[in-house]
Amino acid sequence: MALPTSLQLHIVSADRSLVHERVDEVEIPGADGYFGVLPGHTPLLATLGMGELWYRRGQAKTYVLLSFGFAEVQPDRVTILAEVAERPEDIDITRAEAARRRAEELLAKPSIDIDAEKARLALLRSLIRLQVATRARIRS
Amino acid sequence: MPSLIDLRRRVRAVKNTQQITKAMKMVAASKLRRAQERIMSARPYALQMQRVLASLASRVDPSAHPLLAVRERRPNSHTLVLIVTGDKGLCGSFNTNVIKGAAHFVTESAEHCRLGLVGRKGRDFFGRRGFDVAFEQVGLFQKLKFEDARESADIAKDLFTAGEVDRVMLAYNEFKSVMSQKVVVAQLLPISREEATGADPAYAGESAGPAGTVDYLYEPAPQEIFNQLLPRYVEVQVWRALLESNAAFFAAQMTAMDTATKNSASMIADLTLYMNKVRQAAITREIIEVVSGAEAL
Repeated sequence: MALPTSLQLHIVSADRSLVHERVDEVEIPGADGYFGVLPGHTPLLATLGMGELWYRRGQAKTYVLLSFGFAEVQPDRVTILAEVAERPEDIDITRAEAARRRAEELLAKPSIDIDAEKARLALLRSLIRLQVATRARIRS
Repeated sequence: MPSLIDLRRRVRAVKNTQQITKAMKMVAASKLRRAQERIMSARPYALQMQRVLASLASRVDPSAHPLLAVRERRPNSHTLVLIVTGDKGLCGSFNTNVIKGAAHFVTESAEHCRLGLVGRKGRDFFGRRGFDVAFEQVGLFQKLKFEDARESADIAKDLFTAGEVDRVMLAYNEFKSVMSQKVVVAQLLPISREEATGADPAYAGESAGPAGTVDYLYEPAPQEIFNQLLPRYVEVQVWRALLESNAAFFAAQMTAMDTATKNSASMIADLTLYMNKVRQAAITREIIEVVSGAEAL
C-alpha cells in the first residue's frame, strides 16, 4: 500500500469544529511534550497538554491554541478532540495580557489562600495565548 | 339551533386559545434557536469522538479497561435503557414517538431491561406501568447543564462496570430539522466497533488497508488515556442525546403550536360563518312575523 501523501486534519473543540482540511505536517502539544506528525505516521493515541499546535500546508503555517483533550493519529488523518481550541485571530490580546498580569501577581505574593496550581495554569494559558496571538501578527 | 350568544362565546373562547398557542409558538421558536445552536456546535465533537472510539475499540483488547468490556449475551443478561423524553407536553407526537420506540425495544428484547428515565413524561409513562426503573431525572430541561449528563452517565458507567447490566442503550429524539425528529435507539456501551472496511467513505480509498488492525502507540500509558477518554466518551454521548432531545422538543412544540394556531383560525372562520347564518335566519324570521302580522290586520 502506498503511503499517504497528506493528512486530513480535523480539530474540534467541545463547542465547535475549528479546522477541517488537508495538510502536510502537524505538530501537536501532547501531555508529555510536543510531537510532529507527517503523513504515514503509525496509529497513535495521545492526551493533549496546554500549548500551541501548528500545521503546515505547502509553506503556509497556521497556529492554533489547544488546551487539554485527546489526539488520534492515523496514517492519513489526525483528529484533535480539544477541551479548548482557539485560532490566533480569536484571541483577545488585552484580555490575555490582563490574565497574565493577574496570575503573576497571585503567584508573586506568598499566600496560603490561593490555589497555586490554578494560578500557575492560568499563567501558562495566558502566556501561550499571547504567543499564539503574536505569531498571527507576525505573519500578517 | 344554538343561540347567538352561545356562538359568540365560543368564538371568543377559540380566539383566546389561539392567542395562547400563538404565544407558545413564539416562545418555542426563540428557545429552539438557542437549542439548535447548542446541538449544532456540540455535534462535531461528539461525532468525531465516536469515530475515534470505534476505531479504538476495534484495535484494543476488550479486557484493557472495564468500559471496553464486551460480555457474551445470555438470555438472563441485563440491559439498561436510557430513555430521554421531554418534561412537558403540547409538542405533538414528540414524547409518544420516543416512548413507543423505547417500549417496542424493551418488550421485544429477550433480555431483562432496566430503565433510566430522563424527562417527566417518560417517568410518568414507564414509572406507572411497573417497569424496572434504575433511576430517573426530571426537570433538567429548564436549564440544561453538562452536569446533568454526567449524572446519568455516571450511573450508567457504574452499573456497567459493576456487571449489573451488560449493555447500555440510549433512546432519544434526534433533531433532524425543524420539521422532523427521528427516534434513535442506539447502543452506548459496550462501545461499538468500526466496520473492518473503514466506515468513513471519504477515507476508504487510503485507509482500508491491513493497517486498520494495528494497535495504537500511546502517550502516556494506555491505562491513563483510557481512564480519561472512556468516561468522557460516555458523558459526551449522553450530553449529545440530551441536547438533541432538547432541540427536537422545541422544534416539535413549535410545529404543533403552529398547527394549532392554524386550526383555530379555520375554526373561528367556520364558527363566524355559522353564527352569521344563524343571525340572518333570526332576522328573516322576525321580518316574516312582522309581515304576516301586518297582513292579518
